Amino acid sequence: MEHLELFLKSIFIDNMVFATFLGMCSYLAVSKKVSTAVGLGAAVIFVLAITVPLNWLLDQYLLQPGALSWLGEEYAAYDLSFLSFIMFIATIATMVQLVEIVVEKFSPSLYNSLGIFLPLIAVNCAILGGSLFMQSREIATLGLATTYGIGSGIGWFLAILAIAAIREKIRYSNVPPALRGLGITFIITGLMAIGFMSFGGMLTGGDDEAAKETKSAQVDELNDTEKELANNTKVIE
Amino acid sequence: MGLLSKKDAKLITDPLADNNPITIQVLGICSALAITAELEASIVMSISVLFVLGVGNVVISLMRNIIPSKIRIIVQLIVVATLVIIVDLVLKAFAYELSKTLSVFVGLIITNCIIMGRFEAFALGNGPWRSFLDGIGNAAGYGVILIIVGFFRELLGSGTLLGIPVLGDPIGTPETGPTGLYALGYENNGFMLLSPMALIVVGIIIWVQRTRNKALVEDH
Repeated sequence: MEHLELFLKSIFIDNMVFATFLGMCSYLAVSKKVSTAVGLGAAVIFVLAITVPLNWLLDQYLLQPGALSWLGEEYAAYDLSFLSFIMFIATIATMVQLVEIVVEKFSPSLYNSLGIFLPLIAVNCAILGGSLFMQSREIATLGLATTYGIGSGIGWFLAILAIAAIREKIRYSNVPPALRGLGITFIITGLMAIGFMSFGGMLTGGDDEAAKETKSAQVDELNDTEKELANNTKVIE
Repeated sequence: MGLLSKKDAKLITDPLADNNPITIQVLGICSALAITAELEASIVMSISVLFVLGVGNVVISLMRNIIPSKIRIIVQLIVVATLVIIVDLVLKAFAYELSKTLSVFVGLIITNCIIMGRFEAFALGNGPWRSFLDGIGNAAGYGVILIIVGFFRELLGSGTLLGIPVLGDPIGTPETGPTGLYALGYENNGFMLLSPMALIVVGIIIWVQRTRNKALVEDH
């Protein structure tokens, strides 16, 4: 149930493109034709499903405050979280390269359809964004991280597929010349994002969600102040 | 400009208008849209990108002859990631509240396409000084759009600029009631604060820009 909830949430409510604007560059550049959009979308699902769980492991056992405690007591105090950007991006770049090599070796037909998009993906904000949101939303288990990765990927796929289909049709419409191409795409994406906002109440039934969120934010704040207090007392001691 | 030759000056002025990274080259949209609900966040984001792109372009340009071309993407990513970590730590130290607002979007400067795009297109082929100018120019072009979008979204959405109310007080004291424009029945348009409006505002900027300069119009 938890998995299904996170899955639906990451596709519709926290949609990468419409809620957080991640991966917009390739979303705008590669959405002129449905067929290429499908290729890129599939590659994004693929790479997110691999990198999010992998970065979850890194975060859990290497980067978080106290994550190194499995090495022994004396390592428990280390906090390497400032390294997370560099670790995440290195993992992503390596994995993309690795995936490219493996796919080329074992499935030439898949390689031909994904091929040119894979290198593009290393610098797609959606991929790094997936890992960073996974970290900041404190996803609890490896399974959930995988679900989150796949869900976000599908959400992105859905978005690029939809805009590509619309752009193929809009070619036959009479758009004001200055808006043609990029301008109208922006505005359509904005309207689609407004549409996607209506999914917001899907899981909890409207206003409950908002109330819950503010509550948890307050609790977080309290926790933060508590932590700070604890730190301060430590310093004083 | 006595300091810069005409060719060098063009490196800075071009990206501000006719070759703007956001509206013409379509680079770096991701972060541009998510954080522009407040003017202050937009300004801080622009300065961060200015720093990362200016310094990064110089570093890459200095190393351009020793980077093996096969692993250049990874080298570039490491350079950007290092600079972004510096920005992130500085923000956390001196503007903690703001760094909470920007959340993951500081980290996403790493994959901001403007940065990789300029490294690939310019810094790998030009000397450090010109690369520096190119970096500053492109980051400024990015910043200009961010600040315009942030300005309108904050002004129309919450009636403030940099957190200071400029359109009067919507609630006011019990005796006077709302003041300024609000006394005339003006209401804040809360819709401007929602993220989809950023897209629409950028769409309108593109519309205005291309109406003024017909050469930029695309044919579908």
